[in-house]
Amino acid sequence: MSDPAREEPAVLPEHVREELDRWIPQFPEGRQRSAIIAGLRAAQHENDGFLTPQLMDAVADYLDLPPIQVYEVATFYSMFETRPVGRHSVSVCTNVACMLRGAEKIVAHIEQRLGIKTGQSTSDGRIFLKQEEECLAACCGAPMMMVDHKYFENLTLQDVDEILDGLE
Amino acid sequence: MSDDTLTIEIDGKPCSARPGQMIIEVTDAEDVYVPRFCYHRKLSIAANCRMCLVEVENVPKPLPACATPVADGMKVRTRSALAVAAQKATMEFLLINHPLDCPICDQGGECELQDLAMGYGQDVSRYNEGKRVVRDKNLGPLVSTDMTRCIHCTRCVRFGQEIAGIQELGTVGRGETTEIGTFIERSIDHELSGNIIDLCPVGALNSKPFRYRARSWEMAQIETIAAHDCVGSNLYAHVRRGRLMRVVPRPNDEVNETWISDRDRFSYEGIYSDDRLLRPMVRDGDEWHETDWSTALETAARGLQQAIAQAGPQGLGVLTSPSATLEEHFLAAQIARGLGTDNIDHRLMRTDFSDEKRDPVSPGLGMSLDDFASCDAVLMVGSDLRKEAPILAHRLRQVATGGGRVGFVDSEHRNLLFPVMAQAIHPSARLAEGLEKLLEATRESHTAAGADDVHSSLAEMLKTGSRTAIVLGLRAASHPEFGRLRTLAGRLAAATGSTLGYVTHGANSAGAAMVGALPHRRAGGDAVAGKGSNALQMLTHPLAAYLLHGFEPEWDTAAGDTALATLANAGFVTVLTPYLTDAMRSYGHVLLPAGTFAETGGTFVNVEGRWQSFTGVASPVGESRPAWKILRVLAGLLGLEGLEYDDIAGLRAAIETVTGHPATEDAPDWQDSPAGLDPEDTVVPLTTLYGCDAIVRRAAALQATGEAGRAPCREVSA
Ligand code: SF4
Ligand code: FES
Ligand code: FES
Repeated sequence: MSDPAREEPAVLPEHVREELDRWIPQFPEGRQRSAIIAGLRAAQHENDGFLTPQLMDAVADYLDLPPIQVYEVATFYSMFETRPVGRHSVSVCTNVACMLRGAEKIVAHIEQRLGIKTGQSTSDGRIFLKQEEECLAACCGAPMMMVDHKYFENLTLQDVDEILDGLE
Repeated sequence: MSDDTLTIEIDGKPCSARPGQMIIEVTDAEDVYVPRFCYHRKLSIAANCRMCLVEVENVPKPLPACATPVADGMKVRTRSALAVAAQKATMEFLLINHPLDCPICDQGGECELQDLAMGYGQDVSRYNEGKRVVRDKNLGPLVSTDMTRCIHCTRCVRFGQEIAGIQELGTVGRGETTEIGTFIERSIDHELSGNIIDLCPVGALNSKPFRYRARSWEMAQIETIAAHDCVGSNLYAHVRRGRLMRVVPRPNDEVNETWISDRDRFSYEGIYSDDRLLRPMVRDGDEWHETDWSTALETAARGLQQAIAQAGPQGLGVLTSPSATLEEHFLAAQIARGLGTDNIDHRLMRTDFSDEKRDPVSPGLGMSLDDFASCDAVLMVGSDLRKEAPILAHRLRQVATGGGRVGFVDSEHRNLLFPVMAQAIHPSARLAEGLEKLLEATRESHTAAGADDVHSSLAEMLKTGSRTAIVLGLRAASHPEFGRLRTLAGRLAAATGSTLGYVTHGANSAGAAMVGALPHRRAGGDAVAGKGSNALQMLTHPLAAYLLHGFEPEWDTAAGDTALATLANAGFVTVLTPYLTDAMRSYGHVLLPAGTFAETGGTFVNVEGRWQSFTGVASPVGESRPAWKILRVLAGLLGLEGLEYDDIAGLRAAIETVTGHPATEDAPDWQDSPAGLDPEDTVVPLTTLYGCDAIVRRAAALQATGEAGRAPCREVSA
């Protein structure tokens, strides 16, 4: 499937290839499409938290799939970023329990402190204020936010500052 | 479930069904209409639009008719209160985000959403919220997009996966932000891509060249036949006030199913090219003058007669395009023979005529397209099939996806977008060696050493299948060692019990051969005693006079530019042509404007041997006339008798009498090996997708695609 309009796909980092090699045999022969998520997750992780078209094409090539099938998956799941974003992903829950416990103040505080709106990244590429979450099932610890893959609960504004300052 | 039928009840009426059928297949067969968007009988079932909900007794919720298999005794209600409420609710949801811009939508008047909204929609919407807007995608010069109208039925996506064999469109995003697109901007280049225009039930995907040109109700729908390859896809021409506005497929399950190639769909633009020759023209020294028909025809007849008087009948050459109609080929051949020469040919792209006596009387697959598609194994020899005959390539795909095996002997890897068993690649000049090795491999047992994997697996493929075919493509047909290739393929077919077939040039090579547009055969296939010149000889060695019909020698013949030089040296050249070119001005003496396939009636014989007649659909451009009428009048002026046909039906009846029902031919014995041209020294003319004939070369939108490009014809010495 050569296509002059397409940039050369990147070479997948070794770790991503290992992940794919581990996942492909988990599915019946010819159903390697099911390994797309695993491949994308590893590729995103190795690329500071976002996917590029070249990386997605490389996953498609590795799995011998048309690239669009990989784009479909990457754009469907909110865990995948298909545009460049900051290294650390921060999202604050604003669903009922968290809202009642002051989540909106937390969002406003973070936006003001970082000088960005939700959905944007800081210009130094350090923090990506991803989105307002709709309940991450940690209501008992409301208000809460998720930083990269970790939950932080019972937040105060001071906690938030400390957490953000601790991000490299 | 006991045997092969079971009974279900639809709206109170008992109907028989087969196990495994979906409810919608039964209702369709019974002519009970169930509304639908995502269901299409040639695509897999997605069941994502929910428009087809029906009530099934003892099931509490309505079920999608397209995805619910029938069961014996099932009682289906398609118009019950529950079913209709469900259908109306679905319609309401579908319209939430639909722009309802029918007045400016090309689909208006032929839109499934519009039709069903009439039947199931409310007259007032309960939604006051803003509608979503989706950015349009640029899919290239053929398909226009208005993605806000899309209802996410995914027919276009499934078409790519299942029919085209390459998924270019996908469902990007999710929920309210779902869009159909390519994600990264790219044009859709597949040769069948235009079919998504017909598949799209709304106005999201439409024809770009046709955009805003006409409303569907202003046009008359007339049946016709595609004129650019040997499949002869069935078409509808949509005509407004005599002008062909667009072309869509006419379903015929035996030929093109519901698909047509982009070439057949968009070639009509070439009919209205600025290059059209509008009036007859005659040359006077170096000056060209427009003139009336009778002067032009008399000048042509006089010129031809004078040339024959001086040089004898052997000084005349008659050449016809392989895409000319059966009637035109017949009359051209009758004129040549009536004037005393066998110098008549339509095999313009051929270079090796060494074993022409083995040409079948009616070349083709030797089986129906359906039989071809259900072969156990097919070996393609020298064929870029997706470019030669896109619908035939789709049929070959059906072989592979239906459990059969496909292999190649060719000079390049061909990407057919389906799994191929093996490709034996040999340099073009030594293509015959590939077949020789394969033939050797058939003689050895599986385990024998010597034959390599590729050839022995191809041999095994042909030997084990019960219905197998070996097909020589257009690359093979114009190969300098075509005779040798054919002989080897013939031996291979005999050794493996396969059918030997051909992809043929143009729309009507089979018809041309049948009515004797050949130097060595008369109409009906009888051999000719003497020996006329073949196309390559006529185009490389100047004759005194020529009668040419329907092609541009520089592009459409193996001789290429040499043909131009040859013709320029002739004393008198009459050309029947829809187009005026500079080249014609330099070699022609009389130019007669002949209508394209859209402006004339006629018959094409396709690669299965199927005769398909059509009528003219569009008004003639300028003063052009159907070529068969021009030839008939010319024959009269030349004093030839017995060709005074008043209408095309009479002419066709006469042809049927001569050709009879094509006799079943004995397979040649393939004993002697013909010697062709020197393959190292001869350049094989290539067929390109959108360079295949004069009309297609002038179709603007096709020429704007990535597949554009004229045929690189280079010099061949005969
Ligand atoms: S573009 Fe048309 S065919 Fe494709 S999903 Fe949308 S409505 Fe269906
Ligand atoms: S509402 Fe915030 S975690 Fe449930
Ligand atoms: S036609 Fe049945 S769900 Fe779309």
